Amino acid sequence: MSKHFLSIENLTQRFPDGQGGTLTVFENACFGVEKGEFVVILGHSGCGKSTIMNILAGLAEPTEGVVKMDGFEVSGPSLDRGVVFQNYSLLPWLSALSNVTFGVRARYRDWTKARVIEESKTYLSMVGLEGDVIHRKPSQLSGGMRQRVSIARAFANHPKLLLLDEPFGALDALTRGTIQDELLKIWGGTEQTVFMITHDIDEAILLADRILLMTNGPFARVAESVEITIPRPRTRTGIVDHPNYYAIRNHLVHFLGERSKALSGQKAEGPQRPETVRIDRTERAVDPDPAPADTPRLRAVNT
Amino acid sequence: MLGTLSVNQRAAILSIVLLAVGLLVWEAAIPAQKAAEDLTEYERLTGGGAPKAGIPPPSDVIAKAWEQLSDPFYDAGPNDKGIGIQIGYSLFRVLSGYAAAALVAIPLGFLIGMSPVAYRALNPFIQVMRPISPLAWMPLALFVIQDSELSAIFVIFICSIWPMLLNTAFGVAGVRSDWVNVARTHELGHLKTAFTVILPAAAPTIVTGMRISIGIAWLVIVAAEMLVGGTGIGYYVWNEWNNLDLTSVIFSILVIGVVGMLLDAAFAALQRGVAYVE
Repeated sequence: MSKHFLSIENLTQRFPDGQGGTLTVFENACFGVEKGEFVVILGHSGCGKSTIMNILAGLAEPTEGVVKMDGFEVSGPSLDRGVVFQNYSLLPWLSALSNVTFGVRARYRDWTKARVIEESKTYLSMVGLEGDVIHRKPSQLSGGMRQRVSIARAFANHPKLLLLDEPFGALDALTRGTIQDELLKIWGGTEQTVFMITHDIDEAILLADRILLMTNGPFARVAESVEITIPRPRTRTGIVDHPNYYAIRNHLVHFLGERSKALSGQKAEGPQRPETVRIDRTERAVDPDPAPADTPRLRAVNT
Repeated sequence: MLGTLSVNQRAAILSIVLLAVGLLVWEAAIPAQKAAEDLTEYERLTGGGAPKAGIPPPSDVIAKAWEQLSDPFYDAGPNDKGIGIQIGYSLFRVLSGYAAAALVAIPLGFLIGMSPVAYRALNPFIQVMRPISPLAWMPLALFVIQDSELSAIFVIFICSIWPMLLNTAFGVAGVRSDWVNVARTHELGHLKTAFTVILPAAAPTIVTGMRISIGIAWLVIVAAEMLVGGTGIGYYVWNEWNNLDLTSVIFSILVIGVVGMLLDAAFAALQRGVAYVE
């Protein structure tokens, strides 16, 4: 069970429902994340994605169950688990650069000021922020730029696990696309383990190695773990031509549209492990597939 | 012609015009003293020729101001000191009482703001103490402290503490949990979180409280000094009233206004310094 780099074991979260009873958001959730893996969790609002995220970040306590990272139980927030919040969470009285140095200084307390600034600038330039822009306050930056600063702050800290809580949720579609590309670029150069929440199916397919699908709450569970069998490096325009893309996408759409509801509210006993789903159409494409085999016969009919 | 001027320039011209008109009306409204030759015999016999005490015209006030401001620091005994010395005493009392209040109110406000229990526990006391006129403390202060100088400072302390305390508590309690979470995920200790996240986040609210406090302190010092006497601008006003020197009274009223404005402007500048846009 603890073979995974990050393992979530029998995680249960209950809240008082305001009428004297309790509301179980999810129960006995079990799953693992490997080192260097990019895992995205998809599900409807209210299924407890953010609760899982807060527990992983150490900002919230689960009712039951444990989270282990590198074999050690997680308790409380730590620099080993960096978080990018949906609302950027930049400190508005600091410039973009100071927001990043804030993080770097917290991580490397013995570094000189010059080194901290240099490191921060390197990461800001990785997300495309250079020059005068980095001396602006967050209020003078666009939403996309703010989220870039937030991503730079998280990556500059080299956390063992990076948690992204719907990082692009508040951005318009075009900006979202550019920053997704930047995230892929900056992630590609590291062995960073990432755990991300999103509502956006295309975003999940583009970024993830594996997508965890959650059913609706209450008693939500991580029902499936879908492998994204599209080779990297991926681009937004490139992946749509891949034979697996629509197969995976349709599977996800069906899950979110129908099965997430059908599977919800079932109180299940024992540890709930997601079922692994692997969709790969390329294996058939490599074999002499039916279409070319048929062609001669059709031609024969014609002659 | 006015159309080519900026709003500020037009406002400045209007201010000057209003001032000039006001001064002229005031000057014209003061009845002139009758000269000795114009008096009838009867009037002279009944003492009508003695100068009557009246509101002085602005020209007298300006002359007085010139005289006082050209030598503000003279000291000719306990009842005759320059305006600069009197202002100095008042400022010293205000600033020391105010500083003591800030030293208590800001850390205490921090604790109250961080802990909902402390906030609720202390709130009834604060609500009762806050509306008490600071001068009502004066007899008690005089009795307990047995020193009029320290009593005046205590009165300033007690009047400036409440706005700072309440605003600090309110500002600290209202710091967005996201920013606190940023500090937590960066493993900042309590003290570091307080100084690098909560203090800058709450600073605009805290400084607003400080600005209200300094305004109140400056209002109260005049009354307090009228009571304790000896030195200070409040004592100066009262002393000149006893001397029936209304020119000096009007002059010192204007000085109180100008100093109060400067104190407020200093805190307004501080407020701009700590402001941020979310």
